[in-house]
Amino acid sequence: MAQIMSGAKMVVQALIDQGVDTVFGYPGGAVLPIYDEIFQQNSIKHFLVRHEQGAVHAAEGYARSTGKPGVVLVTSGPGATNAVTGLTDALMDSVPIIVMTGQVPTFMIGSDAFQEADTIGITRPCTKHNWLVKDTEELAETLHTAFHVAKTGRPGPVLVDIPKDVQFADGTYKGPSKVKSHYQPKVKGDLKAITELVEAMENAKKPIFYTGGGVINSGPAASQLLRELVAGTNFPITSTLMGLGSYPAKGENWLGMLGMHGLYEANMAMHDCDLMINIGARFDDRITGRLDAFSPGSIKAHVDIDPSSINKVIRVDIPIVGDVGHVLEDLLNVWKSRGRKTQNKDLKAWWGQIDIWRKVRCLDYKADTKTIKPQYALERLEALTKDHDRFITTEVGQHQMWAAQYLGFNDPNRWMTSGGLGTMGYGFPASIGVQVAHPDSLVINVAGEASWLMNMQEMGTAMQYGLPVKQFILNNERLGMVRQWQELLHGERYSQSWSESLPDFVKLAEAFGAKGILCSDPEDLDDAIIEMLKHNGPVIFDCAVEKHENCFPMIPSGKAHNEMLLGDASTDGAIDAAGSVLV
Amino acid sequence: MSALKIKKGTTSKSAYNLRSNYDDLIERHTLAVLVANEPGVLARVIGLFSGRGYNIESLTVAEVEQDGHTSRITIVTTGTPQVIEQIKAQLGRIVPVYEVHDLTVEGPSVERELSLFKVSGTGEKRVEALRLADVFRANVVDSTLTNFTFEVVGSPEKIDAFAELMRPLGLSEMARTGVAALSRGYLKIK
Repeated sequence: MAQIMSGAKMVVQALIDQGVDTVFGYPGGAVLPIYDEIFQQNSIKHFLVRHEQGAVHAAEGYARSTGKPGVVLVTSGPGATNAVTGLTDALMDSVPIIVMTGQVPTFMIGSDAFQEADTIGITRPCTKHNWLVKDTEELAETLHTAFHVAKTGRPGPVLVDIPKDVQFADGTYKGPSKVKSHYQPKVKGDLKAITELVEAMENAKKPIFYTGGGVINSGPAASQLLRELVAGTNFPITSTLMGLGSYPAKGENWLGMLGMHGLYEANMAMHDCDLMINIGARFDDRITGRLDAFSPGSIKAHVDIDPSSINKVIRVDIPIVGDVGHVLEDLLNVWKSRGRKTQNKDLKAWWGQIDIWRKVRCLDYKADTKTIKPQYALERLEALTKDHDRFITTEVGQHQMWAAQYLGFNDPNRWMTSGGLGTMGYGFPASIGVQVAHPDSLVINVAGEASWLMNMQEMGTAMQYGLPVKQFILNNERLGMVRQWQELLHGERYSQSWSESLPDFVKLAEAFGAKGILCSDPEDLDDAIIEMLKHNGPVIFDCAVEKHENCFPMIPSGKAHNEMLLGDASTDGAIDAAGSVLV
Repeated sequence: MSALKIKKGTTSKSAYNLRSNYDDLIERHTLAVLVANEPGVLARVIGLFSGRGYNIESLTVAEVEQDGHTSRITIVTTGTPQVIEQIKAQLGRIVPVYEVHDLTVEGPSVERELSLFKVSGTGEKRVEALRLADVFRANVVDSTLTNFTFEVVGSPEKIDAFAELMRPLGLSEMARTGVAALSRGYLKIK
């Protein structure tokens, strides 16, 4: 039955039909008709953010902690341009987001109207796809297609730009079942290639699983299959920043995170392995280090749903294009049907070698009784919260790497961080989105003071909706990672990398009506953390930490996995001239 | 024999030379890309090339199927084999792209380009231009007492050669359409 309704009403109806109950947004002139429809219904709850960037990051947090797409509604012009950072972040980290932007009416497009921007042109390179809807008759179909594209294949952000006259005009609404899209990426991997990988696994003496965010994006079943595969084969497993939690940190085969600030044993195993099985990761430059010295003796297999990820940076021997869950299922079946073979004796020797690397204890640091070491703060946070129903978000910088190193993630969708784009200001709004999706869970944003200030206005959002997000700020009064690189690379000339005139975070919290806690003595830390956990409301925890701590282990730019710097290493000349041009 | 005894999978490139091609030959490929004829699809394709630093030697686009709203983009590009593979994979990711075909590797193909040349001159040069145009099977599509406008259809190399010959004879202006290409024989795309 055809339903005639206004474009604005169609937007709400399409969201309901797509199973959406939460929207993050900010109103403005060009989306007023949609906001009017939102006012007149109860199916969708709208969360008013304080800045459009916050809306997109909140939607990312919502999406990554639930596996459902996040939805954003913002106005034209500045509303759309403010969403660009979030869109780019979601594109880099493959997060399904649907952003709807208002636009000036169709007859004014191109006239430099008030709050007009070429939203489609601006967001074309930072969305998976985007649409300008010029006719209300096409609106419903476009919205349903947008959801399909965002969720299907390698997930990503999409944007639908809706001119105001299209929102006012009437048209025929179509339900999601009526919409067919030609966009159907392949999910099943090639069985021949999968069999080839099984053969390599049966013969491997020093194998390693290198997993990424693709496992998490594929859904909880993929993580389960991965666990089964690791347990069955007894191969060691490491993961990228984005993939933490798909295999449990408390699992026996877990080596810890790999990459620039990854664990010694993980990077050494990657360098020395003879079979590397990349599942849903993309050989990012934070992972590979120097390319011509990247795991020189290994056969490389790569499972990825995006064909363009294959052979982009590292040439692989066994490419498998497909969804991680589907491929793992087939892989397990083939491996089992061929008799569950592995080279047990060689594997034992391989684990012996890994145990030697583990004895380096690369995460050890010099404890201090007077000042709080950031590592210590995270160790205590982990000890006091690991048994909670816990979600962690982070900002970007040293604290992010320490959080990845010292916190343990035992389930997927529990760890939300900006990996590819490295967006300072991501963590706080993301924590809001996570808390909205999981109102009764403990949500902690591990932050640095500099990153946190970038989207601190979202305190208003947290207060308005009573979202008890815990902002755990490791405050070193520095842009810590910038400072670390300046120490390593620029002769300790700390150009613009300290924060002067920082706010009193306790008073800042109180100004918003939240709770603030300051802690600077290691002895008080446990009590202070417990106080934070007990408070039923947003907390800003100002943890004054050692100001000059560096984040180790570290693979300096332009170096190989086996050229890691450890905690007590000299950093003189760690990065050579060729490495210095890299970021 | 165990496959693991063969050491492979290494790359000879370093991160500083991600775009470098010192160890690979630059190849020229002609790609046929079938796309949905929707607004902005050309901008997506061009944006991909500029955003990722790929080359475009020529690009033509027009609707080829009205009922299916399908356009065909023919792109001539250059790059190392690895870059060419990336270009094809990246094109394939664009949502309104239906198919990507590399005519250079998918069997023999024909490439044609149309060009217009305005040649100004009098006397002996004018006669010589007309004579060479005849050799190239160029059509005269406009003439005045001092000008000829020639239309030349052929491979890009043929058009290059004609331009070289016309230059000393008073070539004042030229326009080229870029390459349109089809595979030879009965094989068809779509």
